[in-house]
This record gives sequence, structure tokens and C-alpha cells, in this order.
Amino acid sequence: MTAYDNLVETFVELIRRTSTELPADVIQALEKGKAEEQDNGLADKAIATILDNIELARTTSAPICQDTGTPVVWIHHPVGVSTRKLAADFTRAVELATERKYLRPNAVDTLSGRNTGTGHGRGIPFLHFEEWDEPRLEVRMILKGGGSENVGAQYRLPDTPLKAGRDLEGVRRVVLDAVFQAQGKGCAPGVLGVCIGGDRVSAFEMSKRQLLRPIEDTNPIPELAELEARLLKEGNELGVGPMGFGGKTTLLAVKMGVLDRLPACYFVTVTYMCWADRKAAVSIDEKGEATWLS
Amino acid sequence: MAELKLPVSEEEIRKLKVGDFVELTGRMITGRDTAHSWLMEDVREEVMPYMKDTVIYHCGPVVAENEDGSYDFVAAGPTTSIREEPYQADVIGRYGLRGVIGKGGMAEKTLAGLAEHGAVYLHAIGGAAQVLARAIPKVERVFMLDEFGVPEAMWVIEVDKFPVVVSMDSHGGSLHDEVEAGAKSKLDELLG
Repeated sequence: MTAYDNLVETFVELIRRTSTELPADVIQALEKGKAEEQDNGLADKAIATILDNIELARTTSAPICQDTGTPVVWIHHPVGVSTRKLAADFTRAVELATERKYLRPNAVDTLSGRNTGTGHGRGIPFLHFEEWDEPRLEVRMILKGGGSENVGAQYRLPDTPLKAGRDLEGVRRVVLDAVFQAQGKGCAPGVLGVCIGGDRVSAFEMSKRQLLRPIEDTNPIPELAELEARLLKEGNELGVGPMGFGGKTTLLAVKMGVLDRLPACYFVTVTYMCWADRKAAVSIDEKGEATWLS
Repeated sequence: MAELKLPVSEEEIRKLKVGDFVELTGRMITGRDTAHSWLMEDVREEVMPYMKDTVIYHCGPVVAENEDGSYDFVAAGPTTSIREEPYQADVIGRYGLRGVIGKGGMAEKTLAGLAEHGAVYLHAIGGAAQVLARAIPKVERVFMLDEFGVPEAMWVIEVDKFPVVVSMDSHGGSLHDEVEAGAKSKLDELLG
């Protein structure tokens, strides 16, 4: 018997927090957007409703958005912890969170079209495990909504129509195209997670991992920090605005990561996260004590 | 903000213009991906009375079942509408809808259908599941719950001051086309 033998209720609480409480950094970014939209009726009203909604969800412990998304989870664990057990506990937690209405039954059998009813299914939730040297467990999760997932994109450079070559200027061009293509359909204002390089599998995972970063952090790689700031500014200049109503607040943040690539491949992968940028994290020590990290 | 009672006449609907704020009160029905293809596979007489002269809401709610067998909407914001583009204009025509509520807007075929049949596209605030669930005090009944599951079933609901923005009207106007055209010219400028 170890501290990590039954984490079901801790995971349910992590899911509840993720679904019903938006983190402070996201709320601050939305408030900043609201201040900038004060002269624009529709955009201002959209962000005001969003902020009211965030507060209502928190005070009633109910889902911020009815599309409670795919739970995408990164678990760092000490040596010797059973990842099969952790996966079973997390899957059970998804089922309980669905019963308790923190999650919508959100898994559909692709072949039969039937909803599984439990919130989990083949590939749902999506769990990543990494062993580390620390004696504690750290679990970070996002709830990734479907509407915004549909406007994500993967570009293969060079891209002739967009005149995008295999360099950071090419990356800039395709990311701006992705923001344009998304319009308001991903529930703008959104957060972009971008991966430069990698393959078609690793890149999407890396682009989602960027969403764990705080909205206001600075990329440790100077040229990416510069590109993130430029794309945030230029993305907002497109004027799509909250909900696509037109306005100054189209993006809340752009976060970029990089992976090495094959000589033949140069992918730019964009994950679009809606304004309901749901993320939370917990650290669990060897006594089973949980510390909430968000 | 104008209040609009449901059911509503074609004449009332044709008065609405892009950019109008409207609060809806009365009976409407939800329907999304599976419902739209089902509605076009055949004439579904059973839902006809719940669709005529009212609106369909693109929504997959979180729903609680009460002990007496009644239901409450726990979270109920709009889903992305463009997926219904192949069906929407025909669904409006066949079932006599006066409007569609969703998010993200729709395209040419629907815009033409709105003009032909006298209907509007109403944009709700995406993700505002709590604000919008509060404007849905009653769930009257449900169709196809077992077959489609909770998010995709067709829920007949009563709404009270349900807030929306007219983003496509019955005169060919579309806020989405305007915003996209502005964004396109800016994009061309940025990409040189």
C-alpha cells in the first residue's frame, strides 16, 4: 500500500477544478481584453458575458462550458509507481466526474455513433506519463473543447500558396493563416499552442503542452519569445474579435515550442484553445497529501 | 435590447437586422449534428409542432435528471454551427423554423435559406454555459435521448430572456462575412 494506490477522489477534484474554475492568468487576460474593447458594443458585451459566466461557474461549481472537452493529462511520477494503476484511477475519476455533472458524457463510439455515457472511451482520457527523479507525483491537465479543436491545423512547409518557407518567417505566415481561418469559430479570444518541427504525432502533443504555460510567461528561447509577441500583436490586428464579432481581442496568448525534425519534414502545428482555457494541476507527496498548483 | 416572444411570425423576424441584440422568451428546441442528418433523412412528424415558427438551438447540454423524472439543464452554451451548413437551409424550409441559434456563423447556403424562408441566425456567446443555462428555466420534453445520447438529443426547452445577437438576417446581411472580409484585407497586408 502506497500513497498513490487510490487517487480517484483527488483526480475527481482536479477535474472539478479544471471544469469549473478558470485560472487567474486567463481571467486577467480576458479583463485586459475587456478594457480594450470598451468602445465596441458587441465585443465588449461578449467579454462581459464571458466574465459573468466564469464567476457563475466558480460560485456554483458547474462547468464553465457545456463542452467539457477531452481531458488531456500529463503525469510525472516517481520511480516504481504503476502507470497502469494511475490510468485506471484517472479513468474512474472521469466516470465519477461525469456522474457528478462536472463533465458532460463526452465520448462517442465512432463506429456506432453511440455515446458511451461514461465520459471515457477508446483514447479518452488522453494520458501522458513521464518518470522523474522527484519523490512526488505531479498531475497537470487541460480540458480541450471540440469546437476549438476543429480549427486547429498542421502545415507542411514549404507552403507555396502562403509563400511560407522553412524558417521562422514561414512559421509566422502559416500561424497568421490559421488565426484567419479560425475566425470566431474556436470561441475567440483564444490561446494558440504551436509546435515547430516534430512529426505528425509528437507535434500535436507538444502544441497542447504549450497550453500549460502561464499566459504572461516569456519563452526562454529569445527568437521564439520575439515571434510569440509579434504573432499576438498581428493576430489581434486581424480584427476578428471576441466570438468573431469584430474587435481588438482575437488572441489572449501565443505559446510556441520546438521539436527536432526529419530532413524531409517541417511541420508547423497549431492547437487553438478557446477562451475557456481550462487547466489545473496538483502535486501529491509520498504521504498522499495534495497541494493544488493553480 | 428587444424582446422576442416565441413562437414568432415571419413578419417579426424580417424586421431584425445584423447587429441587433435580442432576448428570446418562449419555447424552442435543441438539435445538433446527428439531429440535423436525422431531420433530413425523413419527415419527422413528431418534432414538427415543436419546430414550426420557433428556433433550433445548436447545443449539446449537460443535463441533470431529477427524482421525478424531469430534467434540468446544468450547462448549455452553443456549439459551432458551420457543421450543419449542408442541412440547415433545408431543415428550416421543411420544418418551418424562424431561426437558428449557434456560434461561429454559417455560410452561403444557409444565408440564402434565411432570405427565402424568412428566418435569422442568432449568435449566442460561445462557452457561456452558465449564463445561458440560467435563461433556460424548464425542460419540457426530449426526443431521441436513448438513440443520440445527452448532447445530441433534441430537447424541447422553455427560455426566459435568452440573450443573442442577430449575426445573419433575412435580407442577406452577415456580420461574419463583414468581419472575414476585414480580416482578409489585413492578412494580405501583413503577409505582403
